[in-house]
Amino acid sequence: MKQKKAITLLFALFLSILVIAGCSNSDKEKASGSGDSGDEKTIKFMHLWPEGSSKTHYTIVEEIISNFENENPGVNVEVEVLSNEQYKDKIKVLSTSNELPDVGMTWAAGYLTPYVDGKKFTPLDDILQSDLKDSFVPGTAEAYAIDGKTYGLPLELNIATIFYNKAIFDEYGLEAPKTYDEFKNVIKTLSDNGVAPIALGNKDRWTGSLWYMYLADRIGGADVLTSAINRSGTFEDPALVSAAKEIQNMVDMNAFVKGFNGLADEEAKSMFMNSQAAMYLIGSWDLPNFTTNEDIPKEFRDSIGFFNFPTVDGKGELTSHVGGPGVGLFVSEDSDVKEEAKKFVSYFVKAWGEKSVTQAGVIPATKLDASSLELPQMYIDVLNELSNATNITLFADVQMSPEVAEVHLTQIQALFGKEATPEDFAKKHEEALSAQ
Amino acid sequence: MSNKWIIAFYVLPALLLIGIFIFIPLALSGYYGFMDWDGIGAMTFIGLENYTAALQDVKFWDSAWHSFLLAIFSTLSLLIYLAIALILASKIKGSDLLRKIYLIPMLLSSVAIAQLWIKIYNPTSGMLNQILLKIGVENPPAWLAETSIVLYAIFIPILWQYAGFYILIYYAALKNIPDSIIEAARIDGASPVQIALRIKLPLIMGIVKVTIVLAVVGSLKYFDLIYVMTGGGPNSASEVMASYMYKLAFDTNNFGYGSAIGFLLLIITLVVTYIVRKLTATKEEIQY
Repeated sequence: MKQKKAITLLFALFLSILVIAGCSNSDKEKASGSGDSGDEKTIKFMHLWPEGSSKTHYTIVEEIISNFENENPGVNVEVEVLSNEQYKDKIKVLSTSNELPDVGMTWAAGYLTPYVDGKKFTPLDDILQSDLKDSFVPGTAEAYAIDGKTYGLPLELNIATIFYNKAIFDEYGLEAPKTYDEFKNVIKTLSDNGVAPIALGNKDRWTGSLWYMYLADRIGGADVLTSAINRSGTFEDPALVSAAKEIQNMVDMNAFVKGFNGLADEEAKSMFMNSQAAMYLIGSWDLPNFTTNEDIPKEFRDSIGFFNFPTVDGKGELTSHVGGPGVGLFVSEDSDVKEEAKKFVSYFVKAWGEKSVTQAGVIPATKLDASSLELPQMYIDVLNELSNATNITLFADVQMSPEVAEVHLTQIQALFGKEATPEDFAKKHEEALSAQ
Repeated sequence: MSNKWIIAFYVLPALLLIGIFIFIPLALSGYYGFMDWDGIGAMTFIGLENYTAALQDVKFWDSAWHSFLLAIFSTLSLLIYLAIALILASKIKGSDLLRKIYLIPMLLSSVAIAQLWIKIYNPTSGMLNQILLKIGVENPPAWLAETSIVLYAIFIPILWQYAGFYILIYYAALKNIPDSIIEAARIDGASPVQIALRIKLPLIMGIVKVTIVLAVVGSLKYFDLIYVMTGGGPNSASEVMASYMYKLAFDTNNFGYGSAIGFLLLIITLVVTYIVRKLTATKEEIQY
């Protein structure tokens, strides 16, 4: 009996020590982590490309870091890697407790605003004006600017285009459409023959938003959506309502795969990749799947082409795109090693620009000399589209503040699911936008 | 050292942990509910505004209704679990194996279960619709995409997920009933059904009450499968209180409002638990 008691006592003691140790440990980490201990300086860096799911990205990051450390003796880079969703949650929690890493990743515009308002990120205009002068594609770094100051430096640039399966198109004698009437004809032919025309995973909602954005762009011109969002226009603009109507027309034509509102983008993608659907509107980040990714049968990769969203009734420009920069790097305002962190960011952006497209198939936001690189034809085509682009409209949910974006995304699902009329859809947006 | 000191010493670690990780955050979330806060910048005190807004928020009450539906369904399904446990406990052949089979879903993580059922529910290649097509149903529904059925479609894996847990509890309680009582009833000529309903059930009533509370509370704060399988969609048709709270706090950066909803969720759960306990209270506990 006595022995048992002693064991319980020991166990209780052990638990208490664990609690105390747990608390004190984190204190120590904080003290030595982002500060400078002696001559050694440590830059804490968080990114969202884990080795498992984004191996090529991960490898490039590792290369860049080790090169940077070699060129800058006395500076260490401490890396923490999380996958996308976990990253988003953790960065939020860290910022509430003022423990942001020195360098991390952010998204543009609406996502960035609360961090800038809370003075969490530091302006990077000085390196943008000196070290990185004129190195970004126009419009990309600007997406990270708030009140004239730039708080993030973009790493990626994407446009959304409609990828299509040439093998399926050939089977039914179809060609890549240039006009919306041709496009509807393609949908009708495929649908009549029992082939799902378009793979869409609208559980993720931004996927449906792409379709809506393109229709708005073609019907109402490149500025109509952007001006509705920045309040120089209204969301009840007839063009925005008729774009919503057109979405429901497409749903009525069975343009999208069955149950699209319950499918994740990944599921829709796999339908397209298994030739179960003929078309798929997605950002150019998926290019590797259609060109270089060896895990995908070559036969499939060779049968994929892309076309720009067609013009609607002669309106709209084929060269106007939906897209924008993806993730960018920020430097924390409270960082103890701000100078080193800025240097690292600048180094990273340059090195990333050189390596990303050839090694990982990511189109960087920095200017690229396509002719000097050996790239698959589809990359060259997309890069040409980018350099000929007359307009790139930033993804709507990124443009909007998080609250309005949530309304937008919910309404997109309601519109596609026909639970909201086009008029209601526009009205809900207008209410949300004018309420902020 | 007096006995009390030792008791305090033993209780301390658990108390500390619960205090730090449960009660302090609880109080804090109630406090954040009084704030206008985006979770990143400075907070401003706005009094009861978040709470009054929540009480008038149609979406919140919709999600609360969905949570209550889940609570009702989980409570009703306890009857089925009880029936299964009664059968398993009555020494049928292979009951040992069956018990283990029922328990397996409990060993899977919620995310794995969600992925499994997403595949089953897939509108074109999913197992369920393939079977329906084979037996001649012409246009089987897209289970997770239609607002009128998505909620019930998600309830099924949720109930399935916890079946093993409740069956195990009932099974253990039933096994605890002394054989002599059952034997006596049998000699008096009671049928197996009579033994189950008149002898066994009253004897495990205490456990049944506990499981009702567990099921109701668990349902009201339920989150995981809904978050992974639909994210509350389409068009909020499968939103429950916890997923709505998460969405407000983390997707729309409205931590003040999200905290207020979280605190209301706590109050609602407390009130409902109290009502359930009142309703199931009996004057005397049967002893054996």
